[in-house]
Amino acid sequence: MTSTVKVQITVNGQPTSADVEPRLLLAHYVRDVVGIKATNIGCDTTSCGACTVLLDGESVKSCTVLAVQADQQEVTTMEGLSPSPDELHPVAAAFRQEHGLQCGFCTPGMVMATVSLLAENPHPTEREVRENLEGNLCRCTGYHNIVRAVLAAAEAQGGDS
Amino acid sequence: MIPVGFEYARPDSVDAALALLAEHGEDAVVLAGGHSLLPVMKLRLAAPELVIDIGKLAELQYVRVEGEEIAIGAGTRHRTLEASEVLAAECPLLAAVAHSVGDPQVRHRGTLGGSLAHADPASDLPAGVLALGGTVVLRSPRGERRVPVTEFYTGVFSTVKEPDELVVEVRVPRTGTAGWAYEKFTRRASTGPSSRWPWSTAGSGSSTWGRPRCGPGRPRPRSRAAPRSRRPRRSPTGTPSPPRTSRGPRSTVATSPGCSPGGR
Ligand SMILES: Cc1cc2nc3c(=O)[nH]c(=O)nc-3n(C[C@H](O)[C@H](O)[C@H](O)COP(=O)(O)OP(=O)(O)OC[C@H]3O[C@@H](n4cnc5c(N)ncnc54)[C@H](O)[C@@H]3O)c2cc1C
Ligand code: FES
Ligand code: FES
Repeated sequence: MTSTVKVQITVNGQPTSADVEPRLLLAHYVRDVVGIKATNIGCDTTSCGACTVLLDGESVKSCTVLAVQADQQEVTTMEGLSPSPDELHPVAAAFRQEHGLQCGFCTPGMVMATVSLLAENPHPTEREVRENLEGNLCRCTGYHNIVRAVLAAAEAQGGDS
Repeated sequence: MIPVGFEYARPDSVDAALALLAEHGEDAVVLAGGHSLLPVMKLRLAAPELVIDIGKLAELQYVRVEGEEIAIGAGTRHRTLEASEVLAAECPLLAAVAHSVGDPQVRHRGTLGGSLAHADPASDLPAGVLALGGTVVLRSPRGERRVPVTEFYTGVFSTVKEPDELVVEVRVPRTGTAGWAYEKFTRRASTGPSSRWPWSTAGSGSSTWGRPRCGPGRPRPRSRAAPRSRRPRRSPTGTPSPPRTSRGPRSTVATSPGCSPGGR
Protein backbone atom coordinates (compact mmCIF):
# COMPACT_ATOMS: atom_id res chain seq x y z
CA MET A 1 0.00 0.00 0.00
CA THR A 2 1.50 3.29 -1.07
CA SER A 3 1.10 6.54 0.82
CA THR A 4 -1.85 8.75 0.09
CA VAL A 5 -1.55 12.34 -1.05
CA LYS A 6 -3.90 15.16 -0.11
CA VAL A 7 -5.40 16.89 -3.13
CA GLN A 8 -7.50 20.04 -3.32
CA ILE A 9 -9.36 20.31 -6.59
CA THR A 10 -12.08 22.80 -7.43
CA VAL A 11 -14.78 20.82 -9.20
CA ASN A 12 -17.50 22.84 -10.92
CA GLY A 13 -16.69 25.83 -8.75
CA GLN A 14 -16.87 23.88 -5.48
CA PRO A 15 -13.70 23.19 -3.52
CA THR A 16 -13.16 19.46 -2.98
CA SER A 17 -10.43 17.74 -1.05
CA ALA A 18 -9.44 14.14 -0.34
CA ASP A 19 -6.53 11.90 0.57
CA VAL A 20 -6.01 9.82 -2.54
CA GLU A 21 -3.67 7.16 -3.81
CA PRO A 22 -1.36 8.74 -6.40
CA ARG A 23 -2.59 6.20 -8.96
CA LEU A 24 -6.19 7.41 -8.73
CA LEU A 25 -7.31 8.68 -12.12
CA LEU A 26 -9.06 12.04 -12.38
CA ALA A 27 -12.05 10.28 -14.00
CA HIS A 28 -12.44 8.13 -10.88
CA TYR A 29 -11.93 11.14 -8.64
CA VAL A 30 -14.89 12.99 -10.13
CA ARG A 31 -17.11 9.91 -10.40
CA ASP A 32 -16.28 8.05 -7.20
CA VAL A 33 -14.77 10.55 -4.77
CA VAL A 34 -16.83 13.62 -5.68
CA GLY A 35 -19.70 11.39 -6.78
CA ILE A 36 -20.85 13.11 -9.97
CA LYS A 37 -21.43 10.75 -12.84
CA ALA A 38 -21.85 12.67 -16.10
CA THR A 39 -18.22 11.97 -17.01
CA ASN A 40 -18.24 8.56 -18.68
CA ILE A 41 -15.38 6.13 -19.00
CA GLY A 42 -15.48 4.39 -22.36
CA CYS A 43 -12.24 3.00 -23.72
CA ASP A 44 -10.03 3.83 -20.72
CA THR A 45 -7.15 4.15 -23.23
CA THR A 46 -7.19 7.85 -24.25
CA SER A 47 -8.97 7.06 -27.50
CA CYS A 48 -12.71 7.73 -27.23
CA GLY A 49 -12.92 11.07 -25.40
CA ALA A 50 -15.99 10.07 -23.36
CA CYS A 51 -14.12 11.05 -20.20
CA THR A 52 -13.27 14.56 -21.43
CA VAL A 53 -13.41 17.27 -18.76
CA LEU A 54 -11.95 20.76 -18.62
CA LEU A 55 -8.80 21.26 -16.56
CA ASP A 56 -8.29 24.98 -16.03
CA GLY A 57 -10.57 25.49 -19.02
CA GLU A 58 -8.79 23.12 -21.43
CA SER A 59 -10.16 19.77 -22.57
CA VAL A 60 -8.31 16.73 -21.22
CA LYS A 61 -9.10 13.03 -21.15
CA SER A 62 -9.59 12.34 -17.46
CA CYS A 63 -8.76 8.63 -17.86
CA THR A 64 -5.20 9.72 -18.62
CA VAL A 65 -4.70 12.33 -15.92
CA LEU A 66 -3.96 11.47 -12.30
CA ALA A 67 -6.02 13.21 -9.64
CA VAL A 68 -2.73 14.33 -8.07
CA GLN A 69 -1.83 16.09 -11.33
CA ALA A 70 -5.00 18.18 -11.01
CA ASP A 71 -4.17 19.29 -7.46
CA GLN A 72 -4.81 23.03 -6.95
CA GLN A 73 -6.53 23.23 -10.34
CA GLU A 74 -10.09 23.68 -11.57
CA VAL A 75 -12.03 20.86 -13.13
CA THR A 76 -15.29 21.39 -15.00
CA THR A 77 -17.58 18.53 -15.92
CA MET A 78 -20.87 18.52 -17.83
CA GLU A 79 -22.70 19.07 -14.52
CA GLY A 80 -20.82 22.31 -14.05
CA LEU A 81 -21.88 23.85 -17.34
CA SER A 82 -25.56 24.47 -16.79
CA PRO A 83 -26.41 27.63 -14.90
CA SER A 84 -29.33 25.81 -13.21
CA PRO A 85 -30.84 22.31 -13.31
CA ASP A 86 -33.58 23.35 -15.74
CA GLU A 87 -31.47 25.56 -17.97
CA LEU A 88 -29.15 24.03 -20.55
CA HIS A 89 -25.73 25.45 -21.41
CA PRO A 90 -25.79 26.83 -25.00
CA VAL A 91 -23.60 23.99 -26.25
CA ALA A 92 -25.80 21.35 -24.63
CA ALA A 93 -28.88 23.13 -25.97
CA ALA A 94 -27.40 23.08 -29.48
CA PHE A 95 -26.75 19.33 -29.22
CA ARG A 96 -30.41 18.81 -28.32
CA GLN A 97 -31.66 21.19 -30.97
CA GLU A 98 -29.58 19.61 -33.76
CA HIS A 99 -30.10 15.99 -32.60
CA GLY A 100 -26.38 15.72 -31.88
CA LEU A 101 -26.90 12.63 -29.74
CA GLN A 102 -28.65 9.30 -29.76
CA CYS A 103 -27.64 7.03 -26.87
CA GLY A 104 -25.85 9.94 -25.21
CA PHE A 105 -22.80 8.06 -23.96
CA CYS A 106 -20.33 10.20 -25.88
CA THR A 107 -22.26 13.41 -25.25
CA PRO A 108 -20.68 14.75 -22.05
CA GLY A 109 -17.23 14.32 -23.59
CA MET A 110 -18.35 15.81 -26.90
CA VAL A 111 -19.88 18.81 -25.15
CA MET A 112 -16.79 19.43 -22.99
CA ALA A 113 -14.50 19.12 -26.03
CA THR A 114 -16.76 21.60 -27.83
CA VAL A 115 -16.67 24.10 -24.97
CA SER A 116 -12.86 23.93 -25.05
CA LEU A 117 -12.77 24.28 -28.83
CA LEU A 118 -15.06 27.33 -28.85
CA ALA A 119 -12.98 28.97 -26.11
CA GLU A 120 -9.89 28.63 -28.30
CA ASN A 121 -11.61 29.28 -31.60
CA PRO A 122 -15.04 30.97 -31.31
CA HIS A 123 -15.75 30.73 -35.04
CA PRO A 124 -14.50 27.38 -36.31
CA THR A 125 -15.10 26.26 -39.86
CA GLU A 126 -16.80 22.91 -40.40
CA ARG A 127 -13.42 21.40 -41.16
CA GLU A 128 -11.93 22.81 -37.96
CA VAL A 129 -14.83 21.36 -35.99
CA ARG A 130 -14.23 17.92 -37.46
CA GLU A 131 -10.48 18.14 -36.85
CA ASN A 132 -10.91 19.31 -33.29
CA LEU A 133 -13.37 16.60 -32.34
CA GLU A 134 -10.96 13.99 -33.60
CA GLY A 135 -10.36 12.79 -30.05
CA ASN A 136 -14.05 12.04 -29.45
CA LEU A 137 -15.80 8.98 -30.85
CA CYS A 138 -19.51 8.52 -31.35
CA ARG A 139 -20.92 5.13 -32.22
CA CYS A 140 -24.42 6.38 -32.99
CA THR A 141 -24.81 9.64 -34.83
CA GLY A 142 -22.41 9.45 -37.73
CA TYR A 143 -21.10 12.84 -36.56
CA HIS A 144 -22.98 15.07 -39.00
CA ASN A 145 -25.47 16.29 -36.42
CA ILE A 146 -22.70 16.75 -33.88
CA VAL A 147 -20.81 18.99 -36.29
CA ARG A 148 -24.03 20.87 -37.00
CA ALA A 149 -24.60 21.29 -33.26
CA VAL A 150 -21.11 22.69 -32.71
CA LEU A 151 -21.53 25.18 -35.56
CA ALA A 152 -24.94 26.18 -34.18
CA ALA A 153 -23.47 26.63 -30.71
CA ALA A 154 -20.70 28.82 -32.14
CA GLU A 155 -23.30 30.92 -33.90
CA ALA A 156 -25.45 31.18 -30.77
CA GLN A 157 -22.50 32.20 -28.64
CA GLY A 158 -21.54 35.00 -31.02
CA GLY A 159 -18.15 36.05 -29.74
CA ASP A 160 -15.44 38.14 -31.32
CA SER A 161 -13.99 37.03 -34.59
CA MET B 1 -7.09 -0.11 -15.95
CA ILE B 2 -5.27 1.05 -12.87
CA PRO B 3 -1.51 1.42 -12.51
CA VAL B 4 0.45 -0.49 -9.89
CA GLY B 5 0.70 1.66 -6.75
CA PHE B 6 3.58 4.11 -6.55
CA GLU B 7 4.91 6.93 -4.42
CA TYR B 8 4.44 10.42 -5.82
CA ALA B 9 6.61 13.52 -5.54
CA ARG B 10 6.03 16.95 -6.99
CA PRO B 11 9.29 18.84 -6.53
CA ASP B 12 9.02 22.62 -6.81
CA SER B 13 12.13 23.15 -8.92
CA VAL B 14 14.25 21.43 -11.55
CA ASP B 15 17.10 21.15 -9.04
CA ALA B 16 14.83 19.39 -6.54
CA ALA B 17 13.64 17.03 -9.28
CA LEU B 18 17.25 16.26 -10.23
CA ALA B 19 18.14 15.53 -6.60
CA LEU B 20 15.24 13.07 -6.36
CA LEU B 21 16.25 11.40 -9.63
CA ALA B 22 19.83 11.07 -8.44
CA GLU B 23 18.69 9.58 -5.14
CA HIS B 24 16.23 7.04 -6.55
CA GLY B 25 17.94 6.09 -9.82
CA GLU B 26 16.09 3.65 -12.01
CA ASP B 27 13.31 3.10 -9.44
CA ALA B 28 12.05 6.57 -10.28
CA VAL B 29 10.43 7.92 -13.42
CA VAL B 30 9.69 11.46 -14.48
CA LEU B 31 6.09 12.41 -15.29
CA ALA B 32 5.58 15.38 -17.61
CA GLY B 33 2.29 15.38 -19.56
CA GLY B 34 1.78 11.70 -18.83
CA HIS B 35 0.39 10.96 -22.29
CA SER B 36 2.94 8.30 -23.06
CA LEU B 37 3.82 7.25 -19.53
CA LEU B 38 0.36 6.86 -17.98
CA PRO B 39 -1.01 4.59 -20.75
CA VAL B 40 2.05 2.37 -20.28
CA MET B 41 1.60 2.36 -16.49
CA LYS B 42 -2.11 1.60 -16.83
CA LEU B 43 -1.21 -1.41 -18.97
CA ARG B 44 1.28 -2.32 -16.21
CA LEU B 45 4.10 -2.41 -18.73
CA ALA B 46 5.83 0.02 -16.38
CA ALA B 47 5.61 -0.03 -12.60
CA PRO B 48 7.93 2.62 -11.17
CA GLU B 49 8.29 2.90 -7.40
CA LEU B 50 8.44 6.68 -7.49
CA VAL B 51 6.84 9.08 -9.93
CA ILE B 52 8.44 12.53 -10.01
CA ASP B 53 5.92 15.01 -11.43
CA ILE B 54 7.57 17.89 -13.31
CA GLY B 55 4.38 18.81 -15.15
CA LYS B 56 3.73 21.99 -13.17
CA LEU B 57 7.27 23.40 -13.22
CA ALA B 58 6.88 26.86 -14.78
CA GLU B 59 10.66 27.13 -15.19
CA LEU B 60 10.42 24.44 -17.91
CA GLN B 61 7.67 26.20 -19.85
CA TYR B 62 8.79 28.90 -22.28
CA VAL B 63 9.36 29.63 -25.96
CA ARG B 64 11.83 32.44 -26.59
CA VAL B 65 14.26 33.70 -29.18
CA GLU B 66 17.93 33.51 -28.16
CA GLY B 67 20.28 34.76 -30.85
CA GLU B 68 19.90 32.64 -33.96
CA GLU B 69 17.96 29.95 -32.10
CA ILE B 70 14.64 29.45 -30.37
CA ALA B 71 14.92 28.02 -26.87
CA ILE B 72 11.93 25.96 -25.76
CA GLY B 73 11.45 24.66 -22.22
CA ALA B 74 11.06 20.87 -22.09
CA GLY B 75 7.76 21.21 -20.25
CA THR B 76 6.14 23.27 -22.99
CA ARG B 77 2.90 21.65 -24.08
CA HIS B 78 2.10 20.72 -27.68
CA ARG B 79 -0.82 23.16 -27.61
CA THR B 80 1.49 26.02 -26.59
CA LEU B 81 3.81 25.21 -29.50
CA GLU B 82 0.99 25.07 -32.03
CA ALA B 83 -0.38 28.46 -30.86
CA SER B 84 3.01 30.15 -30.30
CA GLU B 85 3.45 33.47 -32.09
CA VAL B 86 7.21 33.13 -31.74
CA LEU B 87 7.15 29.82 -33.60
CA ALA B 88 4.66 31.10 -36.17
CA ALA B 89 7.14 33.82 -37.11
CA GLU B 90 10.46 32.08 -36.49
CA CYS B 91 9.95 28.35 -36.94
CA PRO B 92 6.53 27.54 -38.40
CA LEU B 93 7.53 23.95 -39.15
CA LEU B 94 7.64 23.10 -35.45
CA ALA B 95 4.25 24.68 -34.79
CA ALA B 96 2.73 22.68 -37.64
CA VAL B 97 4.30 19.46 -36.40
CA ALA B 98 2.92 20.11 -32.89
CA HIS B 99 -0.51 20.74 -34.42
CA SER B 100 -0.41 17.35 -36.09
CA VAL B 101 -0.03 15.44 -32.80
CA GLY B 102 -3.01 13.32 -31.70
CA ASP B 103 -6.06 15.40 -30.82
CA PRO B 104 -6.65 18.60 -28.82
CA GLN B 105 -6.95 16.75 -25.50
CA VAL B 106 -3.57 15.08 -26.09
CA ARG B 107 -2.02 18.38 -27.15
CA HIS B 108 -3.28 20.09 -24.00
CA ARG B 109 -1.24 17.64 -21.90
CA GLY B 110 1.75 16.31 -23.84
CA THR B 111 5.08 18.13 -23.67
CA LEU B 112 7.95 18.63 -26.09
CA GLY B 113 10.51 17.21 -23.64
CA GLY B 114 8.33 14.17 -22.92
CA SER B 115 7.87 13.48 -26.60
CA LEU B 116 11.60 13.73 -27.34
CA ALA B 117 12.60 11.68 -24.30
CA HIS B 118 10.05 8.96 -25.00
CA ALA B 119 11.67 8.38 -28.42
CA ASP B 120 8.75 6.65 -30.05
CA PRO B 121 9.69 6.18 -33.71
CA ALA B 122 6.10 6.95 -34.70
CA SER B 123 6.00 10.30 -32.93
CA ASP B 124 5.93 13.66 -34.61
CA LEU B 125 8.01 16.12 -32.61
CA PRO B 126 11.26 14.14 -32.71
CA ALA B 127 10.96 14.01 -36.50
CA GLY B 128 10.39 17.75 -36.61
CA VAL B 129 13.32 18.57 -34.34
CA LEU B 130 15.52 16.13 -36.30
CA ALA B 131 14.60 17.81 -39.57
CA LEU B 132 15.46 21.17 -38.06
CA GLY B 133 18.80 19.94 -36.76
CA GLY B 134 17.94 21.04 -33.22
CA THR B 135 19.76 20.53 -29.93
CA VAL B 136 18.61 18.75 -26.77
CA VAL B 137 19.78 20.28 -23.49
CA LEU B 138 20.23 17.72 -20.70
CA ARG B 139 20.85 18.52 -17.05
CA SER B 140 21.92 16.36 -14.10
CA PRO B 141 23.59 17.10 -10.77
CA ARG B 142 26.85 16.69 -12.73
CA GLY B 143 26.03 19.67 -14.92
CA GLU B 144 24.48 20.51 -18.25
CA ARG B 145 25.30 19.22 -21.71
CA ARG B 146 24.02 20.02 -25.17
CA VAL B 147 23.48 17.11 -27.52
CA PRO B 148 22.70 17.61 -31.22
CA VAL B 149 19.41 15.81 -31.76
CA THR B 150 21.08 13.79 -34.53
CA GLU B 151 23.18 12.20 -31.76
CA PHE B 152 20.39 12.02 -29.15
CA TYR B 153 18.68 8.89 -30.42
CA THR B 154 20.42 5.53 -30.20
CA GLY B 155 17.45 3.55 -31.51
CA VAL B 156 13.78 2.90 -31.03
CA PHE B 157 12.68 4.16 -27.57
CA SER B 158 16.29 4.79 -26.62
CA THR B 159 18.42 7.87 -26.25
CA VAL B 160 21.79 8.90 -24.82
CA LYS B 161 20.01 10.43 -21.79
CA GLU B 162 21.38 9.01 -18.52
CA PRO B 163 18.87 7.92 -15.83
CA ASP B 164 19.77 10.93 -13.65
CA GLU B 165 19.37 13.43 -16.48
CA LEU B 166 16.40 15.58 -17.37
CA VAL B 167 15.69 17.08 -20.74
CA VAL B 168 15.41 20.74 -19.74
CA GLU B 169 15.39 22.52 -23.08
CA VAL B 170 15.15 22.00 -26.82
CA ARG B 171 16.80 24.46 -29.21
CA VAL B 172 15.87 24.84 -32.86
CA PRO B 173 17.19 27.25 -35.48
CA ARG B 174 15.24 30.35 -36.47
CA THR B 175 14.19 29.36 -39.94
CA GLY B 176 12.03 32.40 -40.61
CA THR B 177 10.37 32.18 -43.97
CA ALA B 178 12.47 29.34 -45.38
CA GLY B 179 10.39 26.72 -47.15
CA TRP B 180 9.39 23.56 -45.33
CA ALA B 181 7.01 20.65 -45.48
CA TYR B 182 5.85 17.97 -43.07
CA GLU B 183 4.15 14.74 -43.98
CA LYS B 184 2.73 11.95 -41.91
CA PHE B 185 2.26 8.38 -43.04
CA THR B 186 -0.49 6.78 -41.02
CA ARG B 187 -0.56 3.18 -40.02
CA ARG B 188 -3.53 2.34 -37.91
CA ALA B 189 -2.88 -1.30 -37.18
CA SER B 190 -2.18 -1.43 -33.49
CA THR B 191 -3.73 1.49 -31.73
CA GLY B 192 -7.10 2.89 -30.82
CA PRO B 193 -9.24 4.20 -33.61
CA SER B 194 -8.73 7.89 -33.00
CA SER B 195 -5.06 7.81 -32.16
CA ARG B 196 -3.33 8.54 -35.42
CA TRP B 197 0.06 7.12 -34.64
CA PRO B 198 1.97 8.10 -37.71
CA TRP B 199 5.03 7.08 -39.51
CA SER B 200 6.33 10.56 -39.67
CA THR B 201 8.75 12.34 -41.87
CA ALA B 202 9.75 15.94 -41.89
CA GLY B 203 11.57 17.60 -44.66
CA SER B 204 12.97 21.06 -44.59
CA GLY B 205 15.19 22.71 -47.06
CA SER B 206 17.27 25.85 -47.22
CA SER B 207 20.84 26.60 -48.02
CA THR B 208 22.00 26.63 -44.41
CA TRP B 209 20.08 24.05 -42.41
CA GLY B 210 17.71 21.20 -42.51
CA ARG B 211 17.45 17.86 -44.25
CA PRO B 212 14.82 15.20 -44.61
CA ARG B 213 14.54 13.11 -41.48
CA CYS B 214 12.46 10.32 -40.07
CA GLY B 215 11.75 9.83 -36.36
CA PRO B 216 13.83 8.13 -33.65
CA GLY B 217 15.42 4.83 -34.52
CA ARG B 218 15.62 5.77 -38.17
CA PRO B 219 17.88 8.82 -38.12
CA ARG B 220 18.30 8.94 -41.89
CA PRO B 221 15.70 8.20 -44.50
CA ARG B 222 16.58 5.08 -46.46
CA SER B 223 18.41 5.78 -49.66
CA ARG B 224 15.44 4.53 -51.62
CA ALA B 225 13.19 6.88 -49.73
CA ALA B 226 15.25 9.95 -50.48
CA PRO B 227 16.98 9.36 -53.76
CA ARG B 228 19.39 11.90 -55.06
CA SER B 229 17.22 12.65 -58.04
CA ARG B 230 14.73 14.13 -55.60
CA ARG B 231 16.90 16.78 -54.12
CA PRO B 232 15.02 19.89 -53.00
CA ARG B 233 13.53 21.59 -55.99
CA ARG B 234 12.76 25.23 -56.44
CA SER B 235 9.10 26.02 -56.07
CA PRO B 236 7.58 28.80 -58.17
CA THR B 237 8.07 31.25 -55.33
CA GLY B 238 11.74 30.47 -55.09
CA THR B 239 11.57 28.61 -51.78
CA PRO B 240 13.10 25.17 -52.00
CA SER B 241 10.59 22.39 -51.58
CA PRO B 242 11.78 19.20 -49.96
CA PRO B 243 12.01 15.83 -51.57
CA ARG B 244 9.42 13.19 -50.99
CA THR B 245 10.94 10.94 -48.43
CA SER B 246 8.68 7.93 -48.29
CA ARG B 247 5.63 6.33 -49.76
CA GLY B 248 2.33 5.45 -48.18
CA PRO B 249 -0.97 7.00 -47.26
CA ARG B 250 -0.46 10.57 -46.20
CA SER B 251 -2.87 11.71 -43.55
CA THR B 252 -1.51 15.12 -42.81
CA VAL B 253 0.35 17.47 -45.03
CA ALA B 254 1.50 20.83 -43.86
CA THR B 255 3.71 23.07 -45.91
CA SER B 256 4.89 26.62 -46.01
CA PRO B 257 3.37 28.79 -48.71
CA GLY B 258 4.84 27.88 -52.08
CA CYS B 259 6.03 24.42 -51.07
CA SER B 260 4.25 21.56 -52.73
CA PRO B 261 5.74 18.21 -51.85
CA GLY B 262 5.14 15.53 -54.38
CA GLY B 263 4.10 18.04 -56.96
CA ARG B 264 0.58 18.56 -55.64
C1 LIG C 1 -4.31 9.05 -27.77
C2 LIG C 1 -2.91 9.52 -27.99
C3 LIG C 1 -2.54 9.93 -29.26
C4 LIG C 1 -1.25 10.41 -29.48
N1 LIG C 1 -0.93 10.77 -30.75
C5 LIG C 1 0.33 11.21 -31.00
C6 LIG C 1 0.70 11.64 -32.30
O1 LIG C 1 -0.10 11.64 -33.24
N2 LIG C 1 1.99 12.06 -32.47
C7 LIG C 1 2.89 12.10 -31.44
O2 LIG C 1 4.01 12.49 -31.66
N3 LIG C 1 2.56 11.71 -30.20
C8 LIG C 1 1.31 11.27 -29.96
N4 LIG C 1 0.98 10.91 -28.68
C9 LIG C 1 2.01 10.98 -27.62
C10 LIG C 1 2.00 12.34 -26.98
O3 LIG C 1 2.53 13.31 -27.85
C11 LIG C 1 2.81 12.34 -25.67
O4 LIG C 1 2.35 13.42 -24.95
C12 LIG C 1 4.30 12.48 -25.79
O5 LIG C 1 4.84 11.46 -26.60
C13 LIG C 1 4.96 12.35 -24.43
O6 LIG C 1 4.95 13.58 -23.78
P1 LIG C 1 4.48 13.69 -22.27
O7 LIG C 1 4.81 15.04 -21.82
O8 LIG C 1 3.06 13.27 -22.19
O9 LIG C 1 5.45 12.65 -21.55
P2 LIG C 1 5.22 11.61 -20.38
O10 LIG C 1 4.21 10.61 -20.78
O11 LIG C 1 5.02 12.30 -19.11
O12 LIG C 1 6.66 10.92 -20.37
C14 LIG C 1 7.09 10.11 -21.43
C15 LIG C 1 8.49 9.56 -21.12
O13 LIG C 1 9.45 10.61 -21.18
C16 LIG C 1 10.08 10.80 -19.92
N5 LIG C 1 10.19 12.26 -19.73
C17 LIG C 1 9.18 13.16 -19.81
N6 LIG C 1 9.67 14.41 -19.69
C18 LIG C 1 11.00 14.30 -19.51
C19 LIG C 1 12.05 15.24 -19.33
N7 LIG C 1 11.84 16.56 -19.31
N8 LIG C 1 13.32 14.77 -19.17
C20 LIG C 1 13.55 13.44 -19.19
N9 LIG C 1 12.60 12.50 -19.37
C21 LIG C 1 11.34 12.92 -19.53
C22 LIG C 1 9.18 10.11 -18.92
O14 LIG C 1 9.91 9.68 -17.81
C23 LIG C 1 8.62 8.97 -19.73
O15 LIG C 1 9.52 7.93 -19.78
C24 LIG C 1 -0.31 10.44 -28.42
C25 LIG C 1 -0.68 10.06 -27.14
C26 LIG C 1 -1.97 9.61 -26.91
C27 LIG C 1 -2.35 9.20 -25.53
S1 FES D 1 -12.34 6.77 -21.50
FE1 FES D 1 -10.85 8.31 -21.60
S2 FES D 1 -10.57 8.50 -23.70
FE2 FES D 1 -11.94 6.82 -23.63
S1 FES E 1 -24.70 9.23 -29.14
FE1 FES E 1 -24.25 7.17 -28.76
S2 FES E 1 -22.10 7.21 -28.79
FE2 FES E 1 -22.58 9.18 -29.44
